[in-house]
Amino acid sequence: MERHFDQELGGLKEHLLRMAGFAEQSVAQALKALVQRDNVLANKVDDDDGILDQLEIEIDDRCIKLLALRQPTATDLRFITMAMKICSELERIGDQAVNIAHRAEELNKEPLLKPLVDIPRMAEHAQGMIHDALDAFVYAKPDVARAVINRDTKVDLLNRQLHRELTSFMIEDPHTITRCLNLMSIAHNLERIADHATNIAEDIVYLYEGRDIRHQNG
Amino acid sequence: MNVDLTAPQSKRESDPPVVARPGLALSAIPTKREMPSRATPVSEVAFEVSDLCCWFGQHQAVYDLSLRIPAKAVTAIIGPSGCGKSTFLRCLNRMHELVRGSRLSGQIRLFGEDIYGPRVDATLVRRRVGMVFQKSNPFPTMSVGDNVTVGLRLNGVRDRRVREEWMERALRMAALWDEVKDHLDRPGTSLSGGQQQRLCIARALAVQPEVLLMDEPASALDPIATTKIEELIQELKRDYTIVIVTHNMQQAARCSDYTAFFYLGRLVEYDKTEKVFTNPSNKQTEDYVTGRFG
Repeated sequence: MERHFDQELGGLKEHLLRMAGFAEQSVAQALKALVQRDNVLANKVDDDDGILDQLEIEIDDRCIKLLALRQPTATDLRFITMAMKICSELERIGDQAVNIAHRAEELNKEPLLKPLVDIPRMAEHAQGMIHDALDAFVYAKPDVARAVINRDTKVDLLNRQLHRELTSFMIEDPHTITRCLNLMSIAHNLERIADHATNIAEDIVYLYEGRDIRHQNG
Repeated sequence: MNVDLTAPQSKRESDPPVVARPGLALSAIPTKREMPSRATPVSEVAFEVSDLCCWFGQHQAVYDLSLRIPAKAVTAIIGPSGCGKSTFLRCLNRMHELVRGSRLSGQIRLFGEDIYGPRVDATLVRRRVGMVFQKSNPFPTMSVGDNVTVGLRLNGVRDRRVREEWMERALRMAALWDEVKDHLDRPGTSLSGGQQQRLCIARALAVQPEVLLMDEPASALDPIATTKIEELIQELKRDYTIVIVTHNMQQAARCSDYTAFFYLGRLVEYDKTEKVFTNPSNKQTEDYVTGRFG
C-alpha cells in the first residue's frame, strides 16, 4: 500500500541526493582548482558552500517535522534518522572542499613545488568512496557500503606517505615550507573526506540492515 | 483474615535484568519445537503457552500459538482486527470458554501450573489473572467503594476494616484515591470515563491478582486519561505481570517491554519492543508497524 508518508520520504530522499550531488561537485571542483591552478574555480567552491549549508538546514527541518508528525517506526525511523546524520556528513564534506580551495589559492601564488601525484590519487579514492556510499544508498546495497568502509585504510596510508615525503622536502629546503604545509593540509582534508564517506557508509548499513557496525575495530 | 488471597506469588526480592538475546536463554523450560519468534528472553516466565489453538464453533481464531510471557513486565499484543489477540488474551484467564461453542487445545501454564488442568477451578484462575476491558464497566448499582470491595466480599473477606484497608490500597495503586476519597459513596458510574477505567483497574487489583490483562484499556479515553493509564501501567509492572492488547502502536511502543505481533491467528513476531519498532525481523511486522499493511 502506497502511503502519503511515502511521498514525503521520497521528497526527503530527493533532497538528500541533491545535497550529495553538490558535495561531490564541490570536492571535484576544489581538486580541479588545485590541479589546474584555477583561482576562479576555487572562489566558486567557496561561494557554493552556502547551498550545502542551506540544504542541511532544510533537510534537518523536514526530518524533525516527519519525526514529530508521523512518529515513524522500523525502516521509516531508520531512514529519517540516518538522513539527518548523512546530511551532516555531506555538509562537512563541503567544508573540507572549501578548505582545499583556500589552500589551492595559497599554492597558486607560488610556482608548483613538484608535479602532483599522490594528492590526485588520494582525491580519486576519496571521491570514489563518496560515490559508492551514495550508490549503496540509492540502490539499497549495504554490501557496497561495507566495501567503502574497507577502503578508508588506503587513504590513510597515502596521507601518511605524503606527510613523510613533504617532511623530507621541508628538511632539504626551508623555502618549500609554506607550500608543503598547504599540501599537507590538503592531504589531511582529503583524509577527512574519506572518513566522512566511511561514516555515511556505516549509516547506510544501519539503514538497510538495522545493525550498528561503528567502532568495531578498537 | 478469613481467606488467603495472596495465592502463589512470583518471587519478588530480586528482579534480574531481562537479557535481550532472542533465541537464547531458553534453557529454563524445555521447548518442543524451536521457532525464533516463539522465544522471548525472560528472567522469569509468568505464562508458558504451548501450541494453543482456539475455535469459535467451526471457525479457528488462533493457530498453534506458543510463547512465553515474562513476569513483572509489560507485554503488548498488536495486530489488525480479527487476528486473534483478544481471543488469546481471554484464554489466559479462562474467559474464552465462557463463549458458547468455543473450545481450545494446547496448554497454558501460569508460573508452572496448568490453568486448564482437570482439578483447576476457573474462578480461582480468574482471581489470579485479573482483566480490564475496553469499555469501563463499573457495577452500575454500586458506589465507588463497593465497586472495589465487591470482589473481596465475594471472596469471603468479612472484616470491614480489612476490606477498607485493601480498597484504599487498590485505589491508591490505580492512582485514583486522591480523586475519589471524599466521595466513595457516590455511584461508580458518576466518575469520568478515565476515572471509571481506573476504578475498574482498582477493582481488579483489590483481589490481589498476579497478572493483569488489559484489552484496549485506553481506546475510549482522551489523551490525558490515556497518559494516566499508561503511567499507571509503568507503576504496576513492578508488582504485576501485565499483558495488554492494543490497536495503538505508539501505545505499545511507549508502555511495553515486549511486543507480540499477531496476524490471522498466528504469532508472527515476538521480541523486545525496541527491536520490534526499530528493526523488526519479519517483513509482515515491518509492514504493520510502519502502517504499510493492506
